Amino acid sequence: MSDKKKELKPNTYKFDTLSLHAGYQPHKNAGSRQVPIYQTTSYLFDDVDHAAALFNLERGGHIYSRISNPTVGVLEERVASLEGGTAALATSSGMSAIFLTVMTLCEAGDHLVVSSQLYGGTVNLFRLTLPKFGIKCTFVKPRDTEGFKKAIQNNTKGIFGELVGNPGNEIMNMPEIAKIAHDAGIPLMVDATYQTPYLCKPFEHGADIVIHSLTKWMAGHGSSMAGILVEGGKFDWMQNDKFPTMTKPYEGYHGLSFAEEFGPTAFTMKARAEGMRDFGPCLSPQNAWNVLQGIETLSVRMKKHCSNAEEMVKYLSNHESVAWVSHPSVPDHPDHELAKKLLPNGRGSMIAFGIKGGKDAGVAFINNVKLASHLANVGDTRTLVIHPASGTHSQMDEATLKFAGLSHDMIRLSVGIEDIDDIKNDFEIGFRAARKPRLVSNQ
Amino acid sequence: MKFKVNNNEVFASTGGRPFDKKKPLIIFVHGSGLTHMTWVLQTRYFAFHGYNVLAVDLPGHGLSSGESLKSIEEMADWINDVIDAVGHKEASLVGHSQGCLVTVECTSRYPDKIKTLSLMGGAGAIPMNPELLSLAENNDPKAVDLMMDWAHGPAGHFGGHPVPGLYHINTGTMLAKSRTIQNTLGVDFRACDNYKNGFEAAKKIKCPTLSILATDDKMCPVKEGKKLASFIDGSQVDIIDNCGHMMLLEEADRVLTVLKKFITTNYPPLSS
Repeated sequence: MSDKKKELKPNTYKFDTLSLHAGYQPHKNAGSRQVPIYQTTSYLFDDVDHAAALFNLERGGHIYSRISNPTVGVLEERVASLEGGTAALATSSGMSAIFLTVMTLCEAGDHLVVSSQLYGGTVNLFRLTLPKFGIKCTFVKPRDTEGFKKAIQNNTKGIFGELVGNPGNEIMNMPEIAKIAHDAGIPLMVDATYQTPYLCKPFEHGADIVIHSLTKWMAGHGSSMAGILVEGGKFDWMQNDKFPTMTKPYEGYHGLSFAEEFGPTAFTMKARAEGMRDFGPCLSPQNAWNVLQGIETLSVRMKKHCSNAEEMVKYLSNHESVAWVSHPSVPDHPDHELAKKLLPNGRGSMIAFGIKGGKDAGVAFINNVKLASHLANVGDTRTLVIHPASGTHSQMDEATLKFAGLSHDMIRLSVGIEDIDDIKNDFEIGFRAARKPRLVSNQ
Repeated sequence: MKFKVNNNEVFASTGGRPFDKKKPLIIFVHGSGLTHMTWVLQTRYFAFHGYNVLAVDLPGHGLSSGESLKSIEEMADWINDVIDAVGHKEASLVGHSQGCLVTVECTSRYPDKIKTLSLMGGAGAIPMNPELLSLAENNDPKAVDLMMDWAHGPAGHFGGHPVPGLYHINTGTMLAKSRTIQNTLGVDFRACDNYKNGFEAAKKIKCPTLSILATDDKMCPVKEGKKLASFIDGSQVDIIDNCGHMMLLEEADRVLTVLKKFITTNYPPLSS
């Protein structure tokens, strides 16, 4: 008999189990094994006392599906659990999650420091739309870590960026930028859509708020729009006087101080109680359910996405029609070492590559592939391609394109989980078509 | 709100309502290493229904300054000091886990001041697992992870928080890690382990007392909670099925319903 004492280990559920179970208890839902779709606008109050208690945030529960819904609530808890966060708020799209985050954090007269390499819609939000609300932004290239520090002003309320920039795959040095933010007493907000919590948990690297377009890899099947903001719970809103709407009595809830009452969940509580109430970008329960179906297989899909992507990187890197390939798995990618640290489970399935022959070759390639879908989305189970300069980022002028790290020969590839040989064969068709105009002009 | 006790600044949540000396006072006392925020789904209700609520952060915890108190007896006296500091002559006490030891001891020491006692996940003694105690005293975050594991019942491990979008295991973890673990959880665990007077103190309690226990509570099992209740004259016991030690979050509504009936019956609110 061994006298060796068994080491105490926490038995909280791990990632794959949480993906299937977190946020849901069947015995409270008629024993339904699957999460029910609560297709309802509103919820009965037991009596007037119960109604008042719900409106005053005296007790948990649902009032109206714009504010919260039981199916959506399961999704919120599930994503919070997977990210290692304290709370989450789901929205109708990734863009509305970003907007709600900014509007919960900022007031007119505030300033944000923002990474320059973002999805085109996000660039326009920060560059053109938020100034209409009196919120100004300074853009900094994602690799310019010191630039984030220099751009902070007295009225700066946060730093925002995509962990891996869209579409050029530049990676923010999240731990260092988090330190810069925290030294300035402001939070770091990270859009981690490309990574999902399977590849990276930004809270472990200093982020304070994580945002996802759930439409992409989390839902994974190209069926449903959804977004979410997740709170890490570590940021101390009371450390300075920069965030009065978090720390001072709020007229909209009988003088409630969100930071005092809700501490590590204060930001989410405010985003729901104020932002969702007043702006209303709620997620439909059907879409929440669709996203939950996707999350059930998140780790299985992400492994296949990443292995297919690494195969495609090798294939493209050796292809005569390809001028360059950008993916963090490539050893000469400037952020290769950082990617190994931040993305230990895989470097993601987004590849940017330059096609020889420039814009015309890019157009020919896109127009001729048969299996890969030409559309404005990423993170589908199917392989997707787009030419950003004429698609997702087409609303940018030449100078903005250049600042965002975009070139006319760039093709953005979101690698799906089809058989890898079928994807390569399809690309051969595209490359053959892309070479034709050049062969003609060379004659 | 903030006020001073023994020259140290104390933070206590008032449940979102201004403190009003005319209203009867309920003091909520949190468990080891935690803060006032564990009570948010009980305190706001009472604050909006005719009571003064103080969900205190014990010294050195949450937003309160000073060093953590090293014994349950000191904490019990400190609760009495809180009542004096806010200008009240009496109060109703609600405790969770370690907070039960504190409130039992306080009620036995100051029987004329304490009008009702509500215990959640309580026991007459809370001896600590030596390895867990050592981890906490050595500032190892694993102590918090183990506590959160054991403190939640099987259902609680899945989540299903009454407030939409909150994941309570991670929220509890963040609360317990918000200050230096050895200075909060480590000191609290040692205080619990050292405290031996629970049953003797319970015998002296004469005020109306309620024990809320949970069938899946591994930290203070139902058997231990019932034993403590058996030492208190006329103590009521309410047992929640399918719930762990963190009943005030896992089954917040059920806890509030039981608590509301008990306190409003035995210590009525100021009618509006």
